[in-house]
Amino acid sequence: MATHSITLTVNGAQERLDVPSNMTLLQLLREQLGLTGTKNGCEAGECGACTVLVGGEPVNSCMMLAVEADGQEILTVEGLAPEGQLSPLQAAFVKHNAVQCGYCTPGMLMTAHALLQRNPHPSEQEIKEALVGNLCRCTGYVRIIDAIEDVAGQGTEAQSSEVRGGE
Amino acid sequence: MAASKSGLTSEPVGKSVPRVDAWEKVTGSAVYADDMQFGPGLYYGRLVRSPHAHALIRSIDASKALALPGVKAVVTGQDFPKNIGLYLVDRPIFARDRVRYVGEPVAGVVARSEEMAEEAAQLVEVEYEVLTAVFDPVQGAQPDAPLLHPDLGDYQVANFIFPQPGSNVSEHFKLRRGDVETAWSQCAAIVQQRFRLPQIQHVPIEPHVAVGLWEASGQVTLWTCSQSPFAQRDLMALSLDIPHGNLRVVSPYVGGGFGGKAGISMEVCAVAMARAVKGHPVKLRMTREEEFIGTTVRQSLVADTKIGCDAGGNLLAMETSYYFGGGAYTDYGVNIARAAGYSCTGPYYIPNVKGDSYCVYTNQPIGSAMRGFGMPEIHWGIEQIMDQLAEQIGMDRAEFRRRNCVKSGDKILTGMEMPPIDLVACIDQVTDAIGWGEVEAPSAPHKKRGKGLAIMWKAPAMPPNPGSAAIVRFNEDATVNVSIGAQDLGQGAFTVLAQMAAEALGVPFEWVRVSVPVDTKYSPYEWQTVASRITWSTGNAVRAAALDARRQILEVVADHWSETPEDLDIKDGTVFSYRSEEELPLQGMVIYGLPNENFEGWKGGPIVGEGKFMPTYVTNLDAETGQGTRAVVHYTVGAQAIELEVDTETGEIEVLAIASSYDVGKAINPDLIMTQIEGGAVHGMSSAYEGLKFDEKGRPLNPNLVDYRIATAMDIPGEIHGSFVETPLEDGPWGARGVGEHVMVPTAPAMANALYDALGIRFHDLPLSAETVYLAVQEAQGAE
Repeated sequence: MATHSITLTVNGAQERLDVPSNMTLLQLLREQLGLTGTKNGCEAGECGACTVLVGGEPVNSCMMLAVEADGQEILTVEGLAPEGQLSPLQAAFVKHNAVQCGYCTPGMLMTAHALLQRNPHPSEQEIKEALVGNLCRCTGYVRIIDAIEDVAGQGTEAQSSEVRGGE
Repeated sequence: MAASKSGLTSEPVGKSVPRVDAWEKVTGSAVYADDMQFGPGLYYGRLVRSPHAHALIRSIDASKALALPGVKAVVTGQDFPKNIGLYLVDRPIFARDRVRYVGEPVAGVVARSEEMAEEAAQLVEVEYEVLTAVFDPVQGAQPDAPLLHPDLGDYQVANFIFPQPGSNVSEHFKLRRGDVETAWSQCAAIVQQRFRLPQIQHVPIEPHVAVGLWEASGQVTLWTCSQSPFAQRDLMALSLDIPHGNLRVVSPYVGGGFGGKAGISMEVCAVAMARAVKGHPVKLRMTREEEFIGTTVRQSLVADTKIGCDAGGNLLAMETSYYFGGGAYTDYGVNIARAAGYSCTGPYYIPNVKGDSYCVYTNQPIGSAMRGFGMPEIHWGIEQIMDQLAEQIGMDRAEFRRRNCVKSGDKILTGMEMPPIDLVACIDQVTDAIGWGEVEAPSAPHKKRGKGLAIMWKAPAMPPNPGSAAIVRFNEDATVNVSIGAQDLGQGAFTVLAQMAAEALGVPFEWVRVSVPVDTKYSPYEWQTVASRITWSTGNAVRAAALDARRQILEVVADHWSETPEDLDIKDGTVFSYRSEEELPLQGMVIYGLPNENFEGWKGGPIVGEGKFMPTYVTNLDAETGQGTRAVVHYTVGAQAIELEVDTETGEIEVLAIASSYDVGKAINPDLIMTQIEGGAVHGMSSAYEGLKFDEKGRPLNPNLVDYRIATAMDIPGEIHGSFVETPLEDGPWGARGVGEHVMVPTAPAMANALYDALGIRFHDLPLSAETVYLAVQEAQGAE
């Protein structure tokens, strides 16, 4: 298998790597860079668990070859809270109990992050449409949508310490 | 008394504190099995799978595979003579002599890389002699059906499971109560129908991953995403002749389970392959297609059910036969059929019952536990018949259920006295929330609206004596580590158990850490994370461990103050005396103890509390009648009401609202219950549209997420109303009982009842595809 030398930016850091022709971006992130926050759910572009942002756009990283990422800027879930300070979206996911098993969560966050970048105040329908490629079996999506609406509605830092009251 | 410390949560039971695992999960730092690193010594495994549903293995030739550079080993069924199995030990680790479903592992290939292993797996040559296959459980149960397991009578089996050697019936549970024949003559209305449900799959977003390591010393380790680390240790120890103490199962976070990661499926293959390459960890991970066909599925069901009531709407009799399509091996399947048998009436008091529940071998993927454990399957028919009986005698469908549903103290079908619950309150909550009796206009002329209701019950279906254990250890700063063998699959167990520990100890919630990952080498015993039993069973163990630690602390402090422990209490991490009003923070003393007067010696020492829980009161049931004093530990009950709109031109269903209510005993964390209710409602709705499809040779047609769709964000109901009732469970921690599975049990039948309300058409079979609905509408219109 031929290898290729590529240069890319991952979560703000420049990387130069030798990758085989058939390696996917998902494999590069998980196996070469140890960024295991991005999950492998189907390797067929069907579940969205491996969603990362390439040049700001959400991509199923299992469906993109690593060589195609040459020269690109990649953002993964690890890049959302580089100093351990949760992003407003991450904090909203915690606050709204939008996380259960957590396996779809990184992909959900990346898709939602991209949505809010291009449309800071999406409607509920626009949120659902944006999430359609990210499958979740635990939450029924309800709290994920709540969390995104919360961030879209406030436009400021979400308070991660706030606790949702019992009902 | 100590003041409440700012930012900390005292007495957290009953409060919606945030999840303890959320931070790790939103930052990508939570470790799942596939994320674990094993270094350059890691090998990879691939399975050679059967292309036939039923065949004899004539020969296996692995020479070409072994000749490939980088291939380390090929193992087959001949290398592992002992079967493995939970209740009925019927499954070879790799097929020996015979394959029983398309996808059954025939050989395992170990190689330096996953690609090499895949390439080598293609080179393993297997000769088969194809046999007639069985796909339908009713046909499979007939005496002349081709036998899948001619050796059924030789298999080891639990003493409460009754296989029928010489047939394909792996379990037959009989329920006999009263006199059904006489009762029919007293019925004013009788409904008898057949209902069918296909196999469906759990579809966790994380596919199964297992890494096995067999060291030359005889130490064996399995790292895997597991609901059942201890049960897997036990089953593998017995099948592979490993001393339990030498076998270690480590389970990091689980990316969704729903029953599919309970019991044992592909995990044992990773360990078996590792035996052939001692010292090298072997990683085996399922592709999505393998996840569908090569792990486990929910069993299919054919239900023949007849129920009757008198003119006043009182249920009098029920006769039912449940034929579960168990697949090639049983895993949990036999106990699912048993649970469906001893709960066969659904949540109703019926004085005369004849029930037969069968688990039948079929040449299909292994049927096993899935969220609800037989209950979603049997309620699909029961709840539709109840609606029809109410209609025939002219009673409101909700009123009919209020009248007949099981109440506290009822002698239910097994003769057991129903522990305290309030199902009527659940019915009231959901009918109020959905606007029962109110009719809304559809959004377009070609659409129709309807409302439906379904109620449910489910008991934890387990052996009589599944145990839980817990250890509570203090650190110097009075933070606490809680060790448990229970797993968090997303349901929130770690959070709830931390709340219970904090409450029982008298420390703030934020001081408690749950010691994960679960590791059989270090974690105390837990039977399995199944059956919605963790809040109750492990909760009791954690509470006992915390109270043990608390007792140790109070004894030391009482001695120090020359008081009695009964006058002391702990709140917000400070010990205080009601009598003397003395105070002492826990910091330091929970490790170092306290000095005697003038430092003439010390008392106390590191505080470690132990706790356990095991139900001791469950009795066996009579093999011929299913009667006994105590069939199960308890039942959780609940209700769902659904409003939907159906498009008569396309057959598409839009669920507009789902209202759910369950009797949880005590809500330890109310908002986590709401997230179960919401997620379960969508899971239940999705399940009504799902079904694995096979061709006439038993080959799966839709083992991928395009052809087997699960609900997306676009499909969810417009409104989900969640609520709960709190009738305390006698032996529940703070009165709590489980609710994780129950939340999806009533959804599909409530949808069917709403569809009938909208269209006047009954749907007896799942899935409710748009095509099915459309054709039924066409047929009904043609008939008019």
